[in-house]
Amino acid sequence: MKVLVPVKRVLDYNLKVRVKPDGSGVDLSNLKMSINPFCEIAVEEAVRMKEGGGGHAKDAATEVIAVSIGPEQAQETLRNALAIGADRGILVKADGEVEPLAVAKILKAVIEAEKPDIVILGKQAIDDDSNQVGQMLAALLDWPQATFASKIVLHAGKATVTREVDGGLQTLDVELPAIVTTDLRLNEPRYASLPNIMKAKKKPIDVKTPADFGVDTAPRIKVLKTAEPGKRSGGIKVKSAAELVGKLKETGVL
Amino acid sequence: MAILVVAEHDNTNVKDATHKVVTAAKAMGGDVDVLVAGQNAGAAAAAAAKIEGVRKVLHADGATLAKQMAEPLEALIVPLMSGYDAVLFPASTTGKNAAPRVAAKLDVMQLSGVIGVESATTFVRPIYAGNAIITVEDNQAKKVLTVQPTAFKAAGEGGSASVETTPAPAGPFKSAFVSEEMAKSDRPELTAAKRVVSGGRALGSSEEFHRVLDPLADKLGAAVGASRAAVDAGYAPNDYQVGQTGKVVAPELYVAVGISGAIQHLAGMKDSKVIVAINKDEEAPIFQIADYGLVADYKTAVPELMDELTKAGL
Repeated sequence: MKVLVPVKRVLDYNLKVRVKPDGSGVDLSNLKMSINPFCEIAVEEAVRMKEGGGGHAKDAATEVIAVSIGPEQAQETLRNALAIGADRGILVKADGEVEPLAVAKILKAVIEAEKPDIVILGKQAIDDDSNQVGQMLAALLDWPQATFASKIVLHAGKATVTREVDGGLQTLDVELPAIVTTDLRLNEPRYASLPNIMKAKKKPIDVKTPADFGVDTAPRIKVLKTAEPGKRSGGIKVKSAAELVGKLKETGVL
Repeated sequence: MAILVVAEHDNTNVKDATHKVVTAAKAMGGDVDVLVAGQNAGAAAAAAAKIEGVRKVLHADGATLAKQMAEPLEALIVPLMSGYDAVLFPASTTGKNAAPRVAAKLDVMQLSGVIGVESATTFVRPIYAGNAIITVEDNQAKKVLTVQPTAFKAAGEGGSASVETTPAPAGPFKSAFVSEEMAKSDRPELTAAKRVVSGGRALGSSEEFHRVLDPLADKLGAAVGASRAAVDAGYAPNDYQVGQTGKVVAPELYVAVGISGAIQHLAGMKDSKVIVAINKDEEAPIFQIADYGLVADYKTAVPELMDELTKAGL
């Protein structure tokens, strides 16, 4: 079984987000970029399908292909996926913002060429928080989807996926090929070992452009401005639990 | 312009999120219809018809819609869109699951988690878990939005819209519902709770986490959350996680116990109306955003707080 895992390069989740003073966007200059945490979970799951583990039989997956759409530096994100255990990478080089719809169209073309049995991707990227690509991709391919997965069990021709939904868990059967998007509980990604990081440097990465797939990446949505969220006014320190409850009663939240 | 709002419902009742999305739709201007897609959902459709300002309710009923899964919702909504300029979903797991499928089929970009409607084409939404807010212009012929219900006031009751039935999609579909396991807890769901009590790494163990926080949450009628540090340390399950990589919450009251306030946690709760922080480290960053900070060891502070809440009649 072939597994395809799209991954995105984003601002490292530990870093503070700074809005440019002129409101033209978020300042990413000279800041550490990392693989999107949900994408990392997707790579881990795919690699477990190959290695065995996480409930998957060894060799359930025969090949894991990581795909990233982004600037030249997204190669590093692919290397990260390769260090976790993906076999090869595809970089679709695109500078600037590529909207989820265009990402889904590019991935559709990659999938038509690669013919994976399952596509596992993060439920959302922590930069634009769109939470769209997996669902859009499923629609474009007319494939079933199981979003926000916390458990994937593979069977012949189908997958049983447990999803995190508001208020609990829902389990679905999806016919393969299918799209699965990952939630946090699916697994805990490993730290890539040094030998695996070295090995990853030798794994192949194919470089393409959106034009190779005939996809127009011109944005559909115009961002007029980017602003800091409203700042919270500084609060006060209370001396005791009694004072705290008093204050909470005053504000009306109790 | 005509706008379709996809109702959040459980076949019997229409959830408050629907009323809030109707308010967002009304801010765009034009006629607002509500779609109730479900199975044996007549009661929910009747309830939707009472939402103030709704022109009509479309009621699609059938076995394929029982669980409001993404593929049947796509099959139902895409053809309906010939009569609408925009479709708005609540940013619930059901809405987030289905909306992008509809958008892709209409070949339009979707706007996710909208928190402000400035005009029929100008919208406000958070990015980076609310650490930046963007204002965007959407001039596409059809608009697909998911709306953050907590950002809008609920539309009132007292309407008397007509209810029209529309056929449910026949299927078959390539996904099938197997089972569901809804949290049996009497506590509210984390993202919808009016009050949230959250714990951090200072709690030290899973037993301590629950021993300290569960009674406090029960007393306040609150949901229980956790910082990523507490989740990573195994003190709380992952679905408790509040933060950039977890759940984003905005309750009326957020009580952070033993949470230092890492950026990634603050991103998930800083829009709470009132934030209380209990931490023995006076320098903890959580105090910079807390409305009320209590510098104290949770081991003494939480029992005292429980006593005071009891005295206050809770």
